[in-house]
Amino acid sequence: MTRYGMLIDVAKCNACYNCVSACKDEFWDNDYPPYSRAQPKFGQNWVRVDRRERGHFPYITVAYMPVMCQMCRDPPCLKAARDGAVYVREDGIVMIDPEKSRGQRQIVDACPYGVIYWNEELQIPQKCTFCAHLLDQGRKQPRCVDACPTGAMVFGDLDDPDSELSRMIRSLSSGQPYRGEETKVLYSGKPEAYEPKPGVGPSVLYLNLHRMTKLFIAGSVVLRESDDLVEGASVRLEAGGREIAATTTDAFGQFHFDGLEPGKYTVRVEYPGHRQLSVDVEARESTYLGYLFLEKRGAPATQQRLIQ
Amino acid sequence: MDHEPETGFGWELEDGTHVYTNSTLEGPVLVYVKGGKIVRIEPLKLSPEDPESWTIEARGRRFSPPRKALVPSYILAERAKVYSPKRVLYPMKRVDFDPNKKDRKAENRGKSGYERISWEEALDILEQEITRVHKTYGPGAIGTTSSSHHSWGIIGYRLSAYLRFIDILGVTYADHNPDSWEGALWGAVHMYGFNWGVGVPEQNDLLTDALQNTEMIVLWSADPETTLGTYAGYESNPWRQWLKELGVKFVIIDPFYNYTAVNFADKWIAPRPGTDTALAAAIAYVWISEGTYDKEYVEKRTIGFEKFRDYIMGREDGVPKTPEWAERITGVPAREIRALAREWARKRTMLGFGSRPGMGGAGRAAYGHEWARYMVALQAMQGAGKPGVNWWSTSTGSPTTPNVPEDSNPYGFFFPGYGDGGISGDTGYTGAARILPRGFVRIPVTDRINQPGGQHVLRLLLPEAIMSPPVEWRGKGFNTISIEAQFKKYKYPEDGYSEIRMFWRYGAAYIGTMTNTNRWVRMYRSPKLEFVVNQNPWFEGEAKFADLILPAATSFERWDIGEFSNISGQSLESVQFVNHRIIALSMKAIEPLGESKSDYDIFAMVAKRLGFYEKYTEGGMTQLDWVRRFFERSDLPKYISWEEFKRRGYFVVPVKKRPVTPALRWFYEGRRRDTIGAGPAGGGVMGMPDGTGLGTQSGKIEFESNSLKRFDPNDPERPPVPHYIPSWEGPDTPLAKKYPLQLMTPHARYSFHTQHDAKETWIDEIPEHRRRGPDGYFYRVMRINPADAAPRGIRDGDLVKVYNDRGAVICIAEVTERIRPGVVHCYQASAAYDPIGEPGESPDRGGSVNLLTPHRFLSKNANGMAPSSALVEVERWEGSR
Repeated sequence: MTRYGMLIDVAKCNACYNCVSACKDEFWDNDYPPYSRAQPKFGQNWVRVDRRERGHFPYITVAYMPVMCQMCRDPPCLKAARDGAVYVREDGIVMIDPEKSRGQRQIVDACPYGVIYWNEELQIPQKCTFCAHLLDQGRKQPRCVDACPTGAMVFGDLDDPDSELSRMIRSLSSGQPYRGEETKVLYSGKPEAYEPKPGVGPSVLYLNLHRMTKLFIAGSVVLRESDDLVEGASVRLEAGGREIAATTTDAFGQFHFDGLEPGKYTVRVEYPGHRQLSVDVEARESTYLGYLFLEKRGAPATQQRLIQ
Repeated sequence: MDHEPETGFGWELEDGTHVYTNSTLEGPVLVYVKGGKIVRIEPLKLSPEDPESWTIEARGRRFSPPRKALVPSYILAERAKVYSPKRVLYPMKRVDFDPNKKDRKAENRGKSGYERISWEEALDILEQEITRVHKTYGPGAIGTTSSSHHSWGIIGYRLSAYLRFIDILGVTYADHNPDSWEGALWGAVHMYGFNWGVGVPEQNDLLTDALQNTEMIVLWSADPETTLGTYAGYESNPWRQWLKELGVKFVIIDPFYNYTAVNFADKWIAPRPGTDTALAAAIAYVWISEGTYDKEYVEKRTIGFEKFRDYIMGREDGVPKTPEWAERITGVPAREIRALAREWARKRTMLGFGSRPGMGGAGRAAYGHEWARYMVALQAMQGAGKPGVNWWSTSTGSPTTPNVPEDSNPYGFFFPGYGDGGISGDTGYTGAARILPRGFVRIPVTDRINQPGGQHVLRLLLPEAIMSPPVEWRGKGFNTISIEAQFKKYKYPEDGYSEIRMFWRYGAAYIGTMTNTNRWVRMYRSPKLEFVVNQNPWFEGEAKFADLILPAATSFERWDIGEFSNISGQSLESVQFVNHRIIALSMKAIEPLGESKSDYDIFAMVAKRLGFYEKYTEGGMTQLDWVRRFFERSDLPKYISWEEFKRRGYFVVPVKKRPVTPALRWFYEGRRRDTIGAGPAGGGVMGMPDGTGLGTQSGKIEFESNSLKRFDPNDPERPPVPHYIPSWEGPDTPLAKKYPLQLMTPHARYSFHTQHDAKETWIDEIPEHRRRGPDGYFYRVMRINPADAAPRGIRDGDLVKVYNDRGAVICIAEVTERIRPGVVHCYQASAAYDPIGEPGESPDRGGSVNLLTPHRFLSKNANGMAPSSALVEVERWEGSR
């Protein structure tokens, strides 16, 4: 069997909006019966680009990710539909029948991803089809993936163990970076589902999703006596009394722990010849601790305590 | 003027859809046409039959590019642009314009409506007015200028079909200034030459060099993920991914956390706009005081360092340019400056200033030439040309085959770029001299007025030239011919020439791209302009100031041929901005919409009325005839037949195994130049006839500039040794009390200049570009820090009025941490100029933030634009919520 799916690397998405533009080019003013009716020029984005800014000036991250129909294994829209207006193809693509779905606005409301749109004029729900009309003609990729210039989107057959997508997911899941055969760029990170509502079983997986969904704690370490940002200070992150991550500062004295849940943490900084510094952080959002000053051994002890 | 239609272009699918090719200004695409309508436009993918891609071996890995054209979003929206409701489909006349009356009602331009007229009527008006204006006022009375790059392709490009027409007609041409890189033209060339590249240094093979040797990349006022190597789409995105993979660190210096920062920043440094030079001076201070610069290189390859050192260390003016000094000016903590300087000295570092070195918003600012000179100075101190150390912005220098004729260089392959002048053959304005001997053009033309002894006007001064002549300035636009050309004084009107009385605007961009552009609005409404023509496919904001509008067809409705990112002319190396050299036909996929006609056909019709049709068309050549000629005279026929080329629509130039010659390695090693590129012939140098030097007087990098010493050793605004000079419109000026925010207006991200903006395509709905306001109108996005938004009561999504004494623009606020507090950011190049009241006097909701930028020059003698130095205030606009 075939099960089409996608892997999207958040770390590669640069908000070029090629996916959106290619999708519009394919579907605006173009009906593909019986697959789909045309996508209006404005107001619908069968693929959209979400943005997430984390941190505060002058230390932030910004991430983008394309979100389209995730082709759930257990699609809530299918359950909400009447008269078989939503169906799943043999290749796993979830389709909305443009005829049978007329008037069925509840299909829009059922989607946890907000990627089903209501066409006021035609009175039908509409969404991404993975360009099923093109796949059925023998094309290998939907238009969004075809137009993606960064390799952020990879499409393929999840059920075929030899497909590049499957090999890629296997490799990455076991911690091995993977270089794309067509995209020619390297992927790393663990594939994971983006599930605002757990259990729907999306066929779209994401890499580096933490840039959208989790938070970071970062800071810059300074040696008090010279006012220099210090490279190579060791920094540990503790939660619940145990170490959960460790890193060293870069040439700008920066450290960065990512993929964290909101909660209480302790940051411990050590550098030879200097007193250890501990900072307690109650992180509700991504937090840049600013400059953390290390005192030379022998100087009076200080403890910085920050509540965010 | 069409012959029997030639067939055999592109291919047909089973369902009757025909597939054509098009070479757009950001890469080749396939165009699907069904039932006479374009139904799809997609990026071109290379097939296995196309030549193998290049491979770079570096640090034990092998890198090879993806085999497709990495075109941007707005190219994928071309279909919507072709069928845009904003298309001009018929010749149109302003309703209250009567060519037979003396009172032209100029004051109604921008307000009055239009009526459809026939082509015959339009040509009658043109013929009558051109003749009348010329006979009444004499040479120079017809003024014209074109937009930048508003259509791609060798035949239809402005330096081709348009230039050929205006050259024969005889016009006062408003010279373009290099609006992407003023700083390098007015500054950097005085230090390292490269005046032929407008201050952009050679870039040969720097991708290979960087992958093999570089450890850190500093992108300073550079956002290659946005400005796309100019015409190269996202071709260089994989290169940055490879560098990242190799552990190369990226430092982004920009008051805005730009789109390159999004994926690549290891460190973001956000100086206050206009203070970059102080930051650079402090870096030099650290290197000098810690002895961490390349002393041997400075001694052997540069001159004047002692005076530069004296300025930096404070011996000249008593002010050492310490990081603490710079912190007070730039807002960047001294310890961060020190860390950057040390890391830069420790690591083999590339400096990208501007998205091609030499460009960048920091150079389009008050004293932007000083910043550009510091960018040269810093890398001169680190030995530019040594492995891994150069001026490079990650967007150039791929190992493609050089664009030189194969019969002159076995490693070359020649296809002309737009800089070669296409069908004009104009050797004064373009690089046509290089291609003429090959027979591309049989009857080359030049202008009797627009020539060295004739009349000129600087585009930036056009409003003053029209409304309050005389005007004077230095330098004729691009000034690539010599360093000294920029010193030459010009005046308008020139002795014995007429003032401009008729203005033929080709394209429509300047209210959205020039400075203090309410000046343009006032100019258009001046009765001194008796007749205004606009020729453009779309009804953009500037078109509505014309008396006569000519409907031009898009490049999907005419024949052309062009190469991905090929500039040629003075930028031979531009084919190294892409992964594969792809030459493609721009096939006439559909008939011109409405009564629109290709620019070439429009010019030919007017030429017929004026009696120079035969000369203009070289005896009746159609565009397809020209395409065929350019195919035949290039190196293409050695590799592919016309029939095959017609069918496939494109050709990928094979990569030839050739020696790797990184830019300036020869200079670093004290050898003769071995790189292929533009520049003076012979040894390729100006200063040193033996071929070992740069284009400066000494042949070396000049910390103390000979050309500036010769010009005016006492110019306080551009002294022979570069200085930090506070901006004339910065946060420390008295004006900042009234207008406390600094406005950044970088080149647009989701449009090439104004071309893809406000065309009612889905691009207008990209929320990083425009957002729908509460009234349903698509407003331009203005970015503001929460620290500035909160006290003004501004929330994300609110409409805001951005204003100063020059005007007011309504934008939509994006409240974001990406912008430094005290700074607001809105991309320039709005195609809409949509005043809510009297044109020129009321707020513009179209988003032309250029209304707010100063038209003061970089400095007194450096007559380039400085839009980055603008102070504004922002307030919530009524009707926001």
